[in-house]
Amino acid sequence: MTIHRREHGLIPSRSAWLIALLLVLVLPPTVEAQSAPATSGSTAPMAMPAMPGMDHGEMPGMDHPAAPIAPTATDMPALEPPPTLGMPKAPMQGGRPPADARSGDYSDGIVASPMHAMPVHASSGLLRVDQLEVFHGDEGNGQRWEIRGWYGGDSDKLWLRSEGVRSGGELEDGELELLWGHATSSYWSRQLGVRHDFGNGPARSWVAVGVQGLAPYWFELEATAYAGAGGRTAARLRVDYELLLTQRLVLQPELEVNLYGRRDPQRRLGEGVSDIQFGLRLRYEIRREFAPYLGVNWTRRVGATADYARHDQRAVREWQWLAGVRFWF
Amino acid sequence: MKPLSSRPDLSRRRFVQGVALGSVAAGAGLLRPTGAWALNSPGQPVVPAGTDFALDIIERSVNFTGAARPAITVNGGVPGPLLRMREGSTVNLRVSNRLRVPTSIHWHGIVLPFRMDGVPGLSFDGIAPGESFLYRFQLRQSGTYWYHSHSGFQEQNALYGPLVIEPAGPERHPTDRDYVVMLNDWTDEDPARIYAKLKKQSDYYNFAQPTVADFFRDVREKGLSRALSMRRMWNEMRMNPTDLGDVSGYTYTYLMNGAAPAQNWTGLFRPGEKLRLRFINGSASTFFDVRIPGLKMTVIAADGQDVEPVPVDEFRIAVAETYDVIVEPREERAYTVFAQSIDRGGYARGTLAPRAGMTAEVPPVDRRVWLDMRDMMGAMPHAGHDGGHAAMPGMDHGNMDHGSMATAPAVHHARSEYGPGVDMRVDTPRSNLDDPGVGLRDNGRRVLTYADLHTVDGPLDAREPGREIELHLTGNMERFMWSFDGIRYADARPVHFNAGERLRIVLVNDTMMNHPIHLHGMWSELENPDGRFQVRKHTVNVQPAQRISYAVTADAPGRWAWHCHLLYHMEAGMMREVVVS
Repeated sequence: MTIHRREHGLIPSRSAWLIALLLVLVLPPTVEAQSAPATSGSTAPMAMPAMPGMDHGEMPGMDHPAAPIAPTATDMPALEPPPTLGMPKAPMQGGRPPADARSGDYSDGIVASPMHAMPVHASSGLLRVDQLEVFHGDEGNGQRWEIRGWYGGDSDKLWLRSEGVRSGGELEDGELELLWGHATSSYWSRQLGVRHDFGNGPARSWVAVGVQGLAPYWFELEATAYAGAGGRTAARLRVDYELLLTQRLVLQPELEVNLYGRRDPQRRLGEGVSDIQFGLRLRYEIRREFAPYLGVNWTRRVGATADYARHDQRAVREWQWLAGVRFWF
Repeated sequence: MKPLSSRPDLSRRRFVQGVALGSVAAGAGLLRPTGAWALNSPGQPVVPAGTDFALDIIERSVNFTGAARPAITVNGGVPGPLLRMREGSTVNLRVSNRLRVPTSIHWHGIVLPFRMDGVPGLSFDGIAPGESFLYRFQLRQSGTYWYHSHSGFQEQNALYGPLVIEPAGPERHPTDRDYVVMLNDWTDEDPARIYAKLKKQSDYYNFAQPTVADFFRDVREKGLSRALSMRRMWNEMRMNPTDLGDVSGYTYTYLMNGAAPAQNWTGLFRPGEKLRLRFINGSASTFFDVRIPGLKMTVIAADGQDVEPVPVDEFRIAVAETYDVIVEPREERAYTVFAQSIDRGGYARGTLAPRAGMTAEVPPVDRRVWLDMRDMMGAMPHAGHDGGHAAMPGMDHGNMDHGSMATAPAVHHARSEYGPGVDMRVDTPRSNLDDPGVGLRDNGRRVLTYADLHTVDGPLDAREPGREIELHLTGNMERFMWSFDGIRYADARPVHFNAGERLRIVLVNDTMMNHPIHLHGMWSELENPDGRFQVRKHTVNVQPAQRISYAVTADAPGRWAWHCHLLYHMEAGMMREVVVS
């Protein structure tokens, strides 16, 4: 996102790689620390401005100025945090247990019934096609998909992610990721896995490491860094949000930024930020599991990637109208 | 002062009223005369008391919604037959499994030897297909109870029924008529599918979430900054103020004595008679708010145990609780027995009437009220009198002690509460019992609270508890994980009670949902905030951000279950094994 471009520009491949790594290493503590005790914030000031809603103090809602209360007491809504109250300092979310935290073990050494463990519902799974759409844009028509799936238990899941674009009747760009996700805090998981790119140009394979989770204000966030053969590096940040216009009509903005550590002429990718995509999809959930949508997608190729596009006489900026369905099992 | 609320749209939410003719198809009907919910009702079929019961667990096709669906039943009925027994007698219940999967029956609230408690994995192995199990125990209590399966999701599939034990002596409150009113939530869905959906998307069934339209309405009515500030904390914490229940009227049809609202279960009376209504919430996941417009209800028992009579207009019945009330309709007209779900997404409904076929007006469901700050943060210490009152309506009445609120009891979070399975912790829980709970505060009606309940004759055991066990109710709504102290049942060690000891259980609800906590085998003697005996129960509801305590006498050696009675929370792991030895 913008901060990375501002601070590091589009120039050196090493720094892009560094950014990607930082993104991954810095993000979880930042996010988790938003509610952590005194130490919060100190770990990662750099990534903060980039993350929506993450720049708040340790206790959300507690940073009200101690304004005098209006005498019209009856008019105050029950949902508002009372401004003058001396709120507890301890966080309600995240953080680490204090040294004197209570033990939850009341067994006195007694073991569980041999039949104790109910062998039920240890694992579950989801396969969600977020986008299966046709688009019409400046450069013609095409199709796009984006899929997310997981299988596993509460702590560990096997993740599947795939996205790709077809245009002019052929596969332009596609990728498939397989990741192991491990829950690290209430809303965040770390991910480790592989990514395979296919489509135009030679196939590329990457090792992937990232975080995925829900940021304050309900932003879904994925940040992943990639390392490939021959010192290739890449990073991706993806943020989306669901705005409920009604209980079934949902407006979903989505932002994706891609970075590459070095140029890849065969795949027409430059170093630094390669492209920014902003999508806006309005879906109607006929059922939770099935929702047709309409939307727009705006793509901006950046830097050397934009140069490649110009050279290939392709658009640097592109608007697309799109229609599709979202469904899951 | 108007709390934030919205009128749920029932039609859009597809709340299922049911089909008028639907019912159990061709039941075997071994012990169950049709519609016999009366223990005493002149001129109507009445269930006699017995000591020997044959209960067959059979799959039957039922139709509450227009679609025939399989139910797991006792002797073919939904609910299963009313079992009527007498205090002091020894009963024999032969339960035969006619299913293709193992089953079980747990006698909810009955004090008995642990081998007879019916929890597979703790009491016994369960009842294998084609086999039967003889439950045999002596009844040392009287009152209104119920029974249900403790295997998998069978409870949601309708394996439940009422159980009433007559006192050995005379009834404390003799009545002219006596009806069981059992409330249940029926779904056409496979409950395993419901659980799987909640794991994939925990707000799947919530169709009353805050929307953009709500926001602009609040901006218009309250101003921008107010509209923003009332949402800020929820958004920052990633919590949903409309998270009142996991499963809603989107899939549920609410039943009263096995009748969908359109079928209208009816209890007959003659004007001037005294009626006892034995409310049982046998739902898997639904809290009900019960009232009978036009009639005062006098609560005379809670969880089977007699209490000092309390006249009320309305009461909230948590999952697995029972309340006995007396009503005295004087007019020659029908009265609606109205039980709306806590999320206002639907209701169960029946009628009290002088003649069958009469109906009374069915009131609209109340507005859905958002959870408020006390449901998130508990008892916020008051810096100033005005400030606290302004922000916390409803806390300034009754026997609320502001002095004690400022010094909320210390809570001790477990080390295991700081992981991915816990989405919040409450440091200053409220401990007052006089809050009827979200959606019932200041609604203009006299609503029952735990502070109103006083068991007749005091506690069973006058000893002061010798020690304290603190357990926190924990969860992560986003991941749909539920646990005690952040540890789910599958990973937890048992809780050890020393045989014979009197101990205090402290429960702190570190979530924003209500959790009805049921300890098997022993009574939970709820205490008031000062630690004095309040009421004896088998299921204690702990409100969001609330701390409660109860005393237990560990006089029942064996292995017992202790869990949240919301079925999907229990399945997710909100449960412990208790070993008394």
